[in-house]
Amino acid sequence: MLRQLYWEDVDVGTEVTPIPKIATTQKLVMWAGASGDFNAMHYQESFAQSRGMPAVLVHGRLKAHWLLHLMEDWIGEEGRIKKLSCQYRAQDYPRKMNSELTYEEGETWWCKGVVTQKYAQDGGHMVDCDIWVENGNGEKTTPGKATVVLPSKKAK
Amino acid sequence: MAVPKEVANLLGKPIGEPQIWEVEKGAIRRFADAIDDPSPLHRDMEYARNSKYGTIIAPTGFCGWPIKGGLMEGLGLIMGPMVNAGYPVILDAGVEFECSVPIRAGDILSCHSKIADIAEKTSKSGKGMLVLTAEANYLNQNGDKAVTVRSSFICREL
Repeated sequence: MLRQLYWEDVDVGTEVTPIPKIATTQKLVMWAGASGDFNAMHYQESFAQSRGMPAVLVHGRLKAHWLLHLMEDWIGEEGRIKKLSCQYRAQDYPRKMNSELTYEEGETWWCKGVVTQKYAQDGGHMVDCDIWVENGNGEKTTPGKATVVLPSKKAK
Repeated sequence: MAVPKEVANLLGKPIGEPQIWEVEKGAIRRFADAIDDPSPLHRDMEYARNSKYGTIIAPTGFCGWPIKGGLMEGLGLIMGPMVNAGYPVILDAGVEFECSVPIRAGDILSCHSKIADIAEKTSKSGKGMLVLTAEANYLNQNGDKAVTVRSSFICREL
């Protein structure tokens, strides 16, 4: 098993271990297939432009699942996500492909979070966090909140 | 502008019949690949078998393919009236997951969807818009609630 985070390891202000993500046009096509969202706004530039966007957009829901991954990765296999929400506040635009496998230089997105509350409820050891996806300019394009249940060392 | 009548009539009502499908191992792996989640719990059967789950599990929030399930049918009903009412731009606005039991490869989920809320708002740039919230409840084959997903959509003027 990978390393495990315990409730006793975190406090208000503790940083959720950040993870980087890179959205590319290829990744968006993978997401379209894997999610079943075939809205052309995410793969056809002329269509996105007809709807007032400068280019194809990163799917909001993909960013939501980046945040779910951020939390899953942080809480380890014994932790559990109880609730997670986020808002798609600003658009993000994917890097384009240079070749079959490589993509252009550009921004890297970071999924980040910080603990805002820690409490026991219904016998569970809970932690609330503010979470967000940050674009290459350090702007929070996708802010949200998460509540997770962590194992306790005392309960072991 | 007001909420188109065809859309207002959908409020609180189930969207179509409950949809039922199996959460397939391959779908889980492709989903994990698309979000760059390398966890062996989503792709390595031997590792997963020895975990507390006993088998491959879905990344949290993945409820089988397609992820918007019954919602797409609901959106299909909504798009036409929205375009006609002068809101041709339909964007995802946000999502909320409430997770109960883990979803395992091979689970048979049923998805019950409804339009939970419709609110009229004004965008930052002063354009009229509607915010729609659709709720999808996923139950597993044992009748346990697995996940509730609330998706919000903005329908606005061009």
